[in-house]
Amino acid sequence: MFVIKCPHCNEPREEEEFHYEGEAFIARPSNPEAEADEAWGDYLFMKKNPKGWHWEMWGHAAGCRKFFVVKRNTANHAIDGAWTLQGARAAYETEQVAA
Amino acid sequence: MNKDYSIWKLLSQGFKQHQGWTPAWRNPEIKSSYDVVIIGAGGHGLATAYYLAKEHGVKNIAVLEKGYLGGGNTARNTTIVRSNYLWDEAALLYEHSLKLWEGLSEDINFNVMFSQRGVFNLGHTLQDMRDIERRVNANNLNGIDALALSAQEVKDHIPMINIGKNTRFPIMGASFQPRAGVARHDAVAWGFARAASNYGVDIIENCEVQGMDIENAAIKGLQTSLGYIKTSKVGCVTAGHSSVMAKAAGIRMPIESHPLQAFVSESLKPVLDTVVMSNAVHGYISQSDKGELVIGAGIDHYTSYAQRGSPHIIEHTAAAIIELFPMFSRVRLNRQWGGIVDTTPDACPIISKTKVKGLYFNCGWGTGGFKATPGSGNVFAHTIAHDEPHPLNAAFSLDRFHTGHLIDEHGAAGVAH
Repeated sequence: MFVIKCPHCNEPREEEEFHYEGEAFIARPSNPEAEADEAWGDYLFMKKNPKGWHWEMWGHAAGCRKFFVVKRNTANHAIDGAWTLQGARAAYETEQVAA
Repeated sequence: MNKDYSIWKLLSQGFKQHQGWTPAWRNPEIKSSYDVVIIGAGGHGLATAYYLAKEHGVKNIAVLEKGYLGGGNTARNTTIVRSNYLWDEAALLYEHSLKLWEGLSEDINFNVMFSQRGVFNLGHTLQDMRDIERRVNANNLNGIDALALSAQEVKDHIPMINIGKNTRFPIMGASFQPRAGVARHDAVAWGFARAASNYGVDIIENCEVQGMDIENAAIKGLQTSLGYIKTSKVGCVTAGHSSVMAKAAGIRMPIESHPLQAFVSESLKPVLDTVVMSNAVHGYISQSDKGELVIGAGIDHYTSYAQRGSPHIIEHTAAAIIELFPMFSRVRLNRQWGGIVDTTPDACPIISKTKVKGLYFNCGWGTGGFKATPGSGNVFAHTIAHDEPHPLNAAFSLDRFHTGHLIDEHGAAGVAH
């Protein structure tokens, strides 16, 4: 059990109020018809599933019902932050550039 | 193999205050090179090493374990063994395993306490019952024992189950597999470890694989916490950590690691002589030989490597069990734990070659790997020894996520474990 602060409601709530929606920032190929099977299969099924920091989507299922992005450590459930989808992309890209 | 465990050995040791027993497996020094290295000394990894040595004559095998033997999911599951899967590929693989279970104690000369007490899969809706009919018929066509039972027939087998209409999801019937059952999970790891060790397999505990040495898309060796090991074949059997291993090899996996929780009650006198599972209310229960009720349910929905989950999952599971068995409402829980399961999109395992020559993966068993332990090791050993899949695991390749040949057991068999 952990506490998540929904960036839309801006209030910390228990995890049970939320629904996990999987890895964030999986880009859909812009022209699926042109993709090879391997790239399409990768898009559909392959996951980073890291042990450590993970950018993931959550939905505030029993609250505002909006999606947002959380950076959470899968090894110890620590949460670094939560962003709206737009805000998250900027934070994620900044991190990628720094790395 | 030296089959030195017997009633006579037990009797003779009894006269010597049991002071003459020797350790069940060797504790060897690690060598600098092996023909085959298995990563992960859980049930599946040890079974793989055993069958490699026994059936394929491979001499120089190591099993590396970052923690202690059988300390991962082998120690954390709810020990249910069954083979009543819907699709041919899955049914035949799990049935192969069930047949090996039936002779396992004798084969490895170690009592794995395999108890064929049957498994009931309850149906609570009309659609559940239709699915049960379909699955029972599919099982029978594959030579797997299965029966469809009415609610009253379920009640005749399990007198304290509540088949009344006053519940949220009344029980309408069940499928029943008489040859299914439970086994002693630790004994499976210990038995395979001892049998493999007798064949000369080196089991190295507290040895973590930290990197893979890959040249020209072929495996050359492993960097470990105990030094470099040269090898040309590596079998990776690391369950929840398979994505971490795959990343070290530059391979992408369709796996997500989730916590799966289970718990046991205080010990009771014998009260439940079979296994009961329900997907609709979502819980499963059996009673161990120690008398504990062994209870499990579904995964926590977020990914995690922390071997713990959230309390509300336990609450839902307990609620489901009490709906089925109101008399258990006053039973107190004794222990609770979580394991990290490697789930795939189609709820079927990956037993496969990879694009790296000599690197094989056996993973993706998700919430139901224990039942497959001997069968999984058996077909994976064949895959490693021949560099080609066994006919029973050819369909379980990593390629299926690119070709589209998924084996959709998720909804089909109503897979709960």
